[in-house]
Amino acid sequence: MKILVCISKAPDTTSKIAFTDNNTSFDKNGVQFIINPYDEWYALVRGLELKEANGGSVTILNVGGADNDPTIRKALAIGADDAVRVNMEPTDALGVAKQIADYAKENEFDMVLCGKETIDYNGSQVGGMVAAFLDQPFISNASKLDMAGNTATVERDIQGGKEIIKVDTPFVLSAAKGMAEARIPNMRGIMAARTKPLKVVEPSAFENATEVASYELPPAKGACKMVSADNPAELLNLLRNEAKII
Amino acid sequence: MSILVYANTAQNKIHKSAFEAVSYAAQIAEKSGDTVTALVVGNADDLDTLGKYGADKVIHITNDKLADFQPSLIAEAIQKAAEDNSSSIIIFSHDLSGKSIAPMLAAKMNSGIVTGAVDLPETDGDFIVKRAVFSGKAFAHVKINTPTKIISVTPNALEKKEYNKTASIEDKAYDLGDSRLKVIEQKIESTDVPLTEATLVVSAGRGLKGPENWGMIEDLAKALGAATACSRPVSDMDWRPHHEHVGQTGVAIRPNLYIAIGISGAIQHLAGVNQSKVIVVINTDPEAPFFKAADYGIVGDAFEVVPKLVEAAKAMN
Repeated sequence: MKILVCISKAPDTTSKIAFTDNNTSFDKNGVQFIINPYDEWYALVRGLELKEANGGSVTILNVGGADNDPTIRKALAIGADDAVRVNMEPTDALGVAKQIADYAKENEFDMVLCGKETIDYNGSQVGGMVAAFLDQPFISNASKLDMAGNTATVERDIQGGKEIIKVDTPFVLSAAKGMAEARIPNMRGIMAARTKPLKVVEPSAFENATEVASYELPPAKGACKMVSADNPAELLNLLRNEAKII
Repeated sequence: MSILVYANTAQNKIHKSAFEAVSYAAQIAEKSGDTVTALVVGNADDLDTLGKYGADKVIHITNDKLADFQPSLIAEAIQKAAEDNSSSIIIFSHDLSGKSIAPMLAAKMNSGIVTGAVDLPETDGDFIVKRAVFSGKAFAHVKINTPTKIISVTPNALEKKEYNKTASIEDKAYDLGDSRLKVIEQKIESTDVPLTEATLVVSAGRGLKGPENWGMIEDLAKALGAATACSRPVSDMDWRPHHEHVGQTGVAIRPNLYIAIGISGAIQHLAGVNQSKVIVVINTDPEAPFFKAADYGIVGDAFEVVPKLVEAAKAMN
């Protein structure tokens, strides 16, 4: 079973969000970068579990600059076999998906796994785009993935519940909570990751379909208005007559 | 030209967020002088209501291959409809269906897409759409460079505008490819308004001490006409169903009112609710970080405060 796991680099959840260059770029100063949690906890770990149960390989794919290499090494330390980095700043989802699809087309994987969204751009875009470029089925927001031969049984989130579906390989899937539990790399994994192959490939040409013109921080919250615990009715009065929302 | 809107349905009803998407399209059309075409897959009892929110025409797709949710085939149908109606703007709702279909369509049509829009696009000069980024901690103004533009709209982000048109309804089957997903079973846990579309939400956390204490939360939600939600530990311990979990790994919501009871306000939880218009926090700990993100707060014991709130809310109605 040949599995491709796409990972994105994202600022740690607790990062302070600020912008520079007249609000046109994200201020990376002092920001700790991590593997996007949905890619790591759910897509990567489930990929590894399937490989351990069925044999095969797990390849990591990242689109980014050389400063992403430590993040990619962490994915190798968790247990992936090898990694590929497409050497390009990921600024547009369609461009990123195109690069992933080009690599996947050449190397024929049984499945391409990614997280349901990244915690920085929250776009939920790349997985579906890769599937369309590859002309493969796409299962989004999957919370379970089991394989029997070439057929996968997948549970996916739908409005108000879940749906169980069957799909044959090859397919593209975006992973959500429930898929697997996070793994912490051990010392052996970290040592092994140093010598695992990390291939750098140059991107194919494309024109950005979108670009960020500017960023904006939300207006600062005013002070929290406290209401006495002895008179909760006052809260409803404020919600109705001051905030005008009930 | 006509702006195309994918109007999602469930249980033979058009989603509230789909009406919002239609109204969003109608507001763009009003400025550009275009018409609005809504596309509905499968049965819906309320096709007529689409005109109310601004649809001039409804394409009702009746292809049997779409009996199950087949994102790639729906994308194919939308692409055909976009060609038929020379649509260069296509609108979705940023819900589970939109998240599946819209990116596939973007790749098929090589079109720029902005998901999770929170405002109407700027169309004077460049085409720029505002969306939330960094899990609600900032906004980005994203420029779409391609001739065809796809936008998915965050549920409950914009007020619906009424146009009271009468939309013509056209049945279409479209010749679609073969589906490669087979749905074996559907487990619907809740047929209420989905949490992402609720305008009022009452949520509770570990401070409630056990699932048996949720009665008063449900009472409060009922008295206010609100949906119920919960924090991650509560869903992890199975005190509440998984689909009620709001936060970074659960669903992100944007209601008009979010009442958090016995939830401390960890950053991962805030990531799912920080775009709520008004936040109320009820917690015994005055130092709970959630108060910093709140508009109104009560320091007190939920077991004393909530029953009083329920009484007050009932008295108000």
